[in-house]
Amino acid sequence: MTTTTTATPLGSRRVDPSAAVARTTSHPSFQETWVQTLAMAWRGLKKMRRKPEQFFDVLIQPLLFTAMFAFIFGGAISGSVSDYLPVLIPGILAQTAMTVCMATGVQLREDMDKGVFDRFKSLPIARIAPLAGPMIADLIRYGIASVLTVATGLAIGYRPGGGVLGCVGGVALTVVAGWSLAWIFTWLGTIARSAQSVQGISMMIMFPLTFLSNAFVPADTLPDWLEAFVKVNPVSHVVSAVRDLLNDGAVTGEVGWAVFGCAVVVAIFAPLAVRSYSRKM
Amino acid sequence: MADLSAVRAEGLVKNFGDFRAVDGIDLDVRQGEIFGVLGPNGAGKTTMLRMLATLLPIDGGHAEIFGVDVRREPHRIRQLVGVTGQYASVDEDLTARENLWLFARLQGLASTRAKSIAGDLLERFDLQEAADRPLSQFSGGMRRRLDLASSLITRPPLIFLDEPTTGLDPRTRGQMWGTIRELVTDGSTILLTTQYLDEADQLADRIAVIDRGRKVAEDIPDALKTQVGDSTLQLRLADASDTALAADVVRRLLGEEPVLTPESGRMNIPLPDPDRAADVLIGLREAGLGISSVSVAKPTLDEVFLALTGHGAHESQARESQMEATR
Repeated sequence: MTTTTTATPLGSRRVDPSAAVARTTSHPSFQETWVQTLAMAWRGLKKMRRKPEQFFDVLIQPLLFTAMFAFIFGGAISGSVSDYLPVLIPGILAQTAMTVCMATGVQLREDMDKGVFDRFKSLPIARIAPLAGPMIADLIRYGIASVLTVATGLAIGYRPGGGVLGCVGGVALTVVAGWSLAWIFTWLGTIARSAQSVQGISMMIMFPLTFLSNAFVPADTLPDWLEAFVKVNPVSHVVSAVRDLLNDGAVTGEVGWAVFGCAVVVAIFAPLAVRSYSRKM
Repeated sequence: MADLSAVRAEGLVKNFGDFRAVDGIDLDVRQGEIFGVLGPNGAGKTTMLRMLATLLPIDGGHAEIFGVDVRREPHRIRQLVGVTGQYASVDEDLTARENLWLFARLQGLASTRAKSIAGDLLERFDLQEAADRPLSQFSGGMRRRLDLASSLITRPPLIFLDEPTTGLDPRTRGQMWGTIRELVTDGSTILLTTQYLDEADQLADRIAVIDRGRKVAEDIPDALKTQVGDSTLQLRLADASDTALAADVVRRLLGEEPVLTPESGRMNIPLPDPDRAADVLIGLREAGLGISSVSVAKPTLDEVFLALTGHGAHESQARESQMEATR
């Protein structure tokens, strides 16, 4: 009774309802959930390969924003472009991760309106798989965007003090942070009425979070009330942590806080997203 | 186990806002039969099916599938039921083969096994040639076949078919009917919804007629048809103003109530016995009422509805727009 649980080919023998009922399970096991999530990730990768235009934001933003911000703000904020790059690159990394996060939510919402989601809902699969699968596929997008940002920085004169290891650590932390924060937007995707509204709400969240942080300017130049907000903004912690990794190669307390913050976000928003997704059906 | 019903539902209720889409439906589908749910658009057929398939929460009543409680054990239900929707629920961005492979993987088949099942199904549903083409190039019939194939990967003992042939051409429809009959031969039970009396008649062992969220009749197809009359005499009067007079003649001769369209002088008369058609024609001739066209047709869904509910199927369709609005 171990190998007979898989389906039999059509027409080979009669369907037996009582046997089918006997082998049902009341919940997907952890291993089944994992396999289902990977299958959904495979679907996400296939879609990415068929629709390369989805990668525009991932490719353009790091190139454009890094160069633009460096040359415009460099002199004003840090005295020179090369002095500004250690401040800016981690900031752009965080901003890029947020943009990709937003795309995750919007695309999930678009996807959920398609007929195939009806089938996903009717299949005996873990409710988290259709949400977590695309997010695993999105890890590639975070990876590409982060590497490209650092590469652009290097091309215009950034010399990270943390060396190769520091860069790898910084990029890794960006990917983890992006993936964790994406659960917020995934949750929005499950509660919003349309992809457009996800986009709208996400913009309203993303802009204050990235610009009202220490991503582009040192926090101590800000008015007191704003500085207070900037200091509690989780994006600031991620940016500081990435700075520590990239510029000093140091795993500081900020890195710990950033990872802890990410874990809290996942712990809150992943269950919320799964719950509202399950309710919708 | 054998005498256990495939589907047993009592007093199913679904509300969309203050609109009651399904209003206390009882169902008892026996194992190994094709059970047809017949009704116009907006009658609540799809809503009922979606509740039974765990796609919509059940607002009231109780449902069991092979003895498993639908509300309490949705994950078990999903392992027992294959759902083929009104609109093909397959992934437009993948090929047919990739779709089947994905659905097989999701249901726990190992990768190579998933591949071989996908191949078998593509062959069985005559989709090998198109297997690796993007779905955007698929015809409606091909999509439906792929959709049905996707529901059969694990050979579920119960299959829901929501209007499986709506929008298909007659040849493709015939093929679909053949496939559905084969499924039953393999031992599956089928619950299908349809707007076509003819389809329910061809396929179903028993039919429930649903109107405005309620079940108005349930019987074997022959018994339902006898209630309506086996066939209908369709007349068009030469002079539309004679409609009322002609209707009197019919009532006097057959004791049946004709369905009238006075503006165009059309009249549909249920015939308990096709022989009586001649009586009507002779009666009209004797009354001096001219006819511009005449034909005998099988009863339509509209006539079944009129006979069972006292109003036409198109009136129920007004509900559909109401339902869309409250969704």
